Amino acid sequence: MKLLTLNFLTCAIKTCKTNPASFPLHPRNAELEIQEADINLPFLKNILPRLMWEEIRTIARELGLPDLPSTPPTPTDLSISTSSTAPSNPDTSLDTDEPSEAPAGEETPSQTALDLHRLLLETCIQEGILVCGSCGHEYAVKEGVANFLLPGHLV
Amino acid sequence: MAELDTQGADYEAEHVHSVYEEIASHFSSTRYKPWPIVERFLKEQSDGAIGADVGCGNGKYLAVNKNVFIVGSDRSTNLIKIAKQHEPHSTIVADNLSLPHPPGTFNFAISIAVIHHLSTPARRIEAVKAVLDIVRRPSSPGTKDGGKALIYVWALEQKNSRRGWDEGHEQDVMVPWVLKQKKEKKPKRRQGEMEGKGVVEGSEEKQDGDRTFLRYYHLYKKGELEQDIGEAGGVVLESGYEKDNWWAIATPN
Repeated sequence: MKLLTLNFLTCAIKTCKTNPASFPLHPRNAELEIQEADINLPFLKNILPRLMWEEIRTIARELGLPDLPSTPPTPTDLSISTSSTAPSNPDTSLDTDEPSEAPAGEETPSQTALDLHRLLLETCIQEGILVCGSCGHEYAVKEGVANFLLPGHLV
Repeated sequence: MAELDTQGADYEAEHVHSVYEEIASHFSSTRYKPWPIVERFLKEQSDGAIGADVGCGNGKYLAVNKNVFIVGSDRSTNLIKIAKQHEPHSTIVADNLSLPHPPGTFNFAISIAVIHHLSTPARRIEAVKAVLDIVRRPSSPGTKDGGKALIYVWALEQKNSRRGWDEGHEQDVMVPWVLKQKKEKKPKRRQGEMEGKGVVEGSEEKQDGDRTFLRYYHLYKKGELEQDIGEAGGVVLESGYEKDNWWAIATPN
């Protein structure tokens, strides 16, 4: 399960949802795995305003990952302008003659973008538990899939 | 509403959840073509939008738009194992009535062929409400600028379909799913996984090895989906009928 998913998950128990302590869920005993994926810069930029940055920092810290900056990156932090990199890459010189090429697709991701992509879309919890900070209920993650089915008495 | 002896969670566990768990791979192999209205709805979403596919099954709708991020959920672990391959999305095992998402989170949600598996009117309304609860609230009541949810359910009115149901027929039905066991071929196909597992309740063994599983459905009649959405606190923005199904796009009020 990609770490990005945790940005949209809370406890499945109804009474917890109104309690701010139920978000985010806290990973414990997590086995992490990097699953490489193609970086999609426009996607990353668009998703940026929807990230709960403080909570993502908390999750990264709890997983023992490198500290994230206290403020989220801005969309401009995520790309390097094409003009500065084009001369260093002769393969793209042909493409730049074509004005019909989508300019967004030609943007080069910055290190910040690569780091964010690695953290949110490539870092996956394969095994472990997710703990609710409100009621303490534990949800198992097995083979990369979190299971939120509740025992009958908690439904 | 029919007078079924047992309705509710336990009934659905036996007549819906355990069946999908058993038929997952065969069911999945028959579900790959997206329905046009669902496809259109997903492609209309702006890049970077966040969505939920509640009851995503094998995840066939996760393949439609790679520029949005969808959290797919399903009650069936076996279907989620198939659904999880779809990048860049994410899949979890969860129940429609106990979804693990903060209220008002998503830009959009879809519920395709799911609500009709709940076995009482109250549970169907609760399921619709659960889907509406996770999309963004409107800026103020009645402005209709909240997140949108597309809901599809099977229609009672489908006299030209293979099943042939129509207006006035019983709405609560058991629908067979036949797992073919071909004699000629060695059981190395997916259906072969079923061998030696025993027959679940509600299924019957046929001579040639075909096995029939019965799934519970509530067939929606005209106007009923819109009514459920209203009772769940939603507003219908658009609705219609497509190929034996009623559909509606709704938003929280």
